[in-house]
Amino acid sequence: MKKVATKIKETAEAVRTKIQRKKKPTLSFPLRSLSNVKYRPAKGFLELKGKKKTRTLTVATVKTFAQTLRMMSQAKTLVEDDEIMTKREAYYVSKNWDDARFDEQPESDTVIDDIEALFEVNREQLGFIPEEKGGEVAGKLIVLDRDANTGEKLKIDCTKFGSGAYSIPISVEHLKFETKAKFVLAIETAGMFQRLVKHGYWRKANCILVSMGGVPTRACRRFIRRLADELKLPVYAFVDCDPYGMFNIYRTLKVGSGNAAHINRYFCAPNAKFLGVTPQDIIDYKLPTHPLKEVDIKRATDALKNDPFVQHFKPWQNAIKQLLEMGVRAEQQAFAVHDLNYVINHYLPEKLSSPKKFLP
Amino acid sequence: MVKASRKRAKSKTKVAGKAVKKTRRASKQTKSKAKKVTEKTAGKAAKKSAKKVTKKRPAKKAASKSDKKAAKKSRRVSKKTKPKAKKAAKKVIEEAPKKERRGSTAEDMARRQRDISVAEFFIKNRHLLGFDNPRKALLTTIKEGVDNALDACEEGGMLPEVSVVIAPAKEDNRFVVTIEDNGPGILKDQIPKIFAKLLYGSKFHRLKMSRGQQGIGISAAGMYGQLTTGKPTAITSKTSASKPAHHYKLEIDAKKNEPRIIADEIVEWKTTRGTKVEIELEAKYQKGRQSVEAYIEQTAIANPHVSLQFVTPDGKKKVYKRASKQLPQQAKEIKPHPYGVELGVLIKMLHDTKARTLQSFLHSDFSRVSMRVAKTICETAKVSQRSRPSRIARQQADNLHKVVNQTKIMNPPTDCLSPIGDEEILAGLKKQIKADFYTAVTRGPAVYRGNPFQIEAALAYGGSIPVDGLAKVLRYANRVPLLYQQSACAVMRSVISTGWRNYALAQSAGALPTGPLVIMVHMASVWVPFTSESKEAVAHYPEIIKEIKLALQECGRKLAVFVRRRRKAVESERKKAFIQQYIPHIAIALREMLDLSDRQEKTMVRQLTDVLERSRS
Repeated sequence: MKKVATKIKETAEAVRTKIQRKKKPTLSFPLRSLSNVKYRPAKGFLELKGKKKTRTLTVATVKTFAQTLRMMSQAKTLVEDDEIMTKREAYYVSKNWDDARFDEQPESDTVIDDIEALFEVNREQLGFIPEEKGGEVAGKLIVLDRDANTGEKLKIDCTKFGSGAYSIPISVEHLKFETKAKFVLAIETAGMFQRLVKHGYWRKANCILVSMGGVPTRACRRFIRRLADELKLPVYAFVDCDPYGMFNIYRTLKVGSGNAAHINRYFCAPNAKFLGVTPQDIIDYKLPTHPLKEVDIKRATDALKNDPFVQHFKPWQNAIKQLLEMGVRAEQQAFAVHDLNYVINHYLPEKLSSPKKFLP
Repeated sequence: MVKASRKRAKSKTKVAGKAVKKTRRASKQTKSKAKKVTEKTAGKAAKKSAKKVTKKRPAKKAASKSDKKAAKKSRRVSKKTKPKAKKAAKKVIEEAPKKERRGSTAEDMARRQRDISVAEFFIKNRHLLGFDNPRKALLTTIKEGVDNALDACEEGGMLPEVSVVIAPAKEDNRFVVTIEDNGPGILKDQIPKIFAKLLYGSKFHRLKMSRGQQGIGISAAGMYGQLTTGKPTAITSKTSASKPAHHYKLEIDAKKNEPRIIADEIVEWKTTRGTKVEIELEAKYQKGRQSVEAYIEQTAIANPHVSLQFVTPDGKKKVYKRASKQLPQQAKEIKPHPYGVELGVLIKMLHDTKARTLQSFLHSDFSRVSMRVAKTICETAKVSQRSRPSRIARQQADNLHKVVNQTKIMNPPTDCLSPIGDEEILAGLKKQIKADFYTAVTRGPAVYRGNPFQIEAALAYGGSIPVDGLAKVLRYANRVPLLYQQSACAVMRSVISTGWRNYALAQSAGALPTGPLVIMVHMASVWVPFTSESKEAVAHYPEIIKEIKLALQECGRKLAVFVRRRRKAVESERKKAFIQQYIPHIAIALREMLDLSDRQEKTMVRQLTDVLERSRS
């Protein structure tokens, strides 16, 4: 933690020196976009290519420059005091900064992300924590945690939440695990997760169920990653058959995001596989569909063109082309057309019988 | 016969209806000319009736008969100048359906055919003179009065002091308009004719720049008053301190177009000299774009040497002070330039000239024709230079006319023009419009159809002029503001077709530029080509439009420099404020992170400001 504080101090010092030499101070950040990442098959995640953007203090940038420095100063205080602050709180704290305050939270979020990238740490290390929920877990897993007050060891059995589930905390680094499960099933929607929990699917398939609730949060990705690394479990993703499910949810889970590429090495599960729903499943299981929306088509063509992950995997390119040709999408709940528990009784067992056919 | 009369009418329509403007010069000569004008009116009327009739088939026969007579009459017009043709033709049309059934003999019709006086004609067609509605009538009356007053003062070499009073009359919707000037005054004998006889005056027959040019003017205003209220026009005039002031009450005898004197007396008047006209008329007083007030204000802009006083019906007095003591240079009278002469006019001039030979006629009756040029013209036209002008046959005149237009002749002299001048324009604008920037341009003289003219343009920008909306255009012809028919005017066309975006202003396609801008355009000419007798819009001559655009562009370039410079200053000011706003925060952040002292923080602010200020400039 102190390391981060030192880094912040060094950066501030550099800015000051430039000013004293009557030169325009600069800050340089790694460029945070898909164009600045490449897929590393050996490492299994998206990595920064090293393009940087330099923010020079000029008349046009003076406001953001001031805000970035003030936010850096805030981060330093947090680190030194071992305090945390949500992004929303950070936004409210900025209201003390008179003219330099943020008008909307997205503005302050961007600045926090910039600082995070600048020091190549994750924001939790800077004391900024996200507002979002980590995700939910049910199934054959025992989580070892400590009581926040007493430091006493806690053993949390994820089979014992009944119709509820274990909530992944925002920071998962201190957790330890015990399990006898065979695999991790990461599910897009809470609805599907609920169905599988209710019918005790984890018992039947001997697995750990994780509800991602859309694009997985950092904590959720990190949690799954640790399960995969430490327990040597395969990870299967079960999401909607649409470009969003494939490239926002699954791609982020597997190789990380382009926006926070500097931390991808910790926050992704490279061994994840795509169980479904695949475009072929729509045909095989005669699923009811909806036509692709314009944003879907744009997202799919964009992935074909720009996403280094898709560009690396031929099967994915074929899958996208197939989907675009069919011009439709299907949700994971669509199996209900056959029978409410068709997923449990037919689809999942059939798919799991041959994991090698899963998309990479 | 019908054909012949039509042709005739055509060649004269341009002059027809334009009448004599009253001024103080009266003579037999003018009388004979007035005669001619009426003749033309008759011709026009004949043409009109011919046109209408062709539409109604059954009446054709009868109409063509009446046309015959009309045409005949128009050729032999009586001394008293009362053409009958118009009315006769009209009557025929009215009764046309009857004829379908019964038919009417030539004798029947002859009984109904009689002369029409100009006065009667204009009573029926008062919109031609700008008396369409009560609101416009008020403006036109004041305009005619003020124009005459200013012309008289300037011609007499006096700095004009004009007062306009609009007072409500006893009856509703009636006002008494009083216009008083300090001009040279009018001789007693001339007063009745000038104020109570249409088509009487001095300005029509000369080529000289003046406000009035075709003038039916003030007598038409008096006639309108008489028509709507039954009250006579009252005139008081004094020519010098030692002479008595004459007071007249006049009416127009519409049938004869002659003044009828209601009262003629000598009164006490304290002024040294001057003229006062009082007309009671049915009118409507309104404020706004086309109001009397706008007219007076705009007059003050273009005539900074004039001191104007205006009293509104509710008794408020507005004074427009004199901004310049420089009396405009008196424009010289010129002879017509051969390029602008039409065939009919040429024939008339050939007939009327005192010159004995064709060559000397060309030389003496036109401007810019030397003896040598005259000789060349004669030779090219294959007419003997020694032939008597009055004996030139039609065919020869036709040749002459063609040759004249092909011969290279120097442009007309330009001392006949008296532009306002850029300095005077600026003085006028600054007096009436609060702006941040003014510019004015006086172009060199140019020529259209042989008539010399000169364009002046000016811009006022910023200040109290409203930022939203389109620019305001002030149009002037011979220093007279034009308030109506803006969109039909060559000035408007020129303003719109100028690319104002080049001059840092916003402008949508086919519209005026937007922004806090007043555009002023003045056309000075010995003959301003108006689109109608009520003198509201300048006709679209390409030469005129080109000159106006050039003048506007010249002004535009100067404006652009100002606007850009100001924008830059504003932007720079904004940036400066921006820097001042955020630099302290950089210093605060650095102080927090590096544990700096207050003094170090202050130094930092200073240094940062330096760095940024330097980069800005």
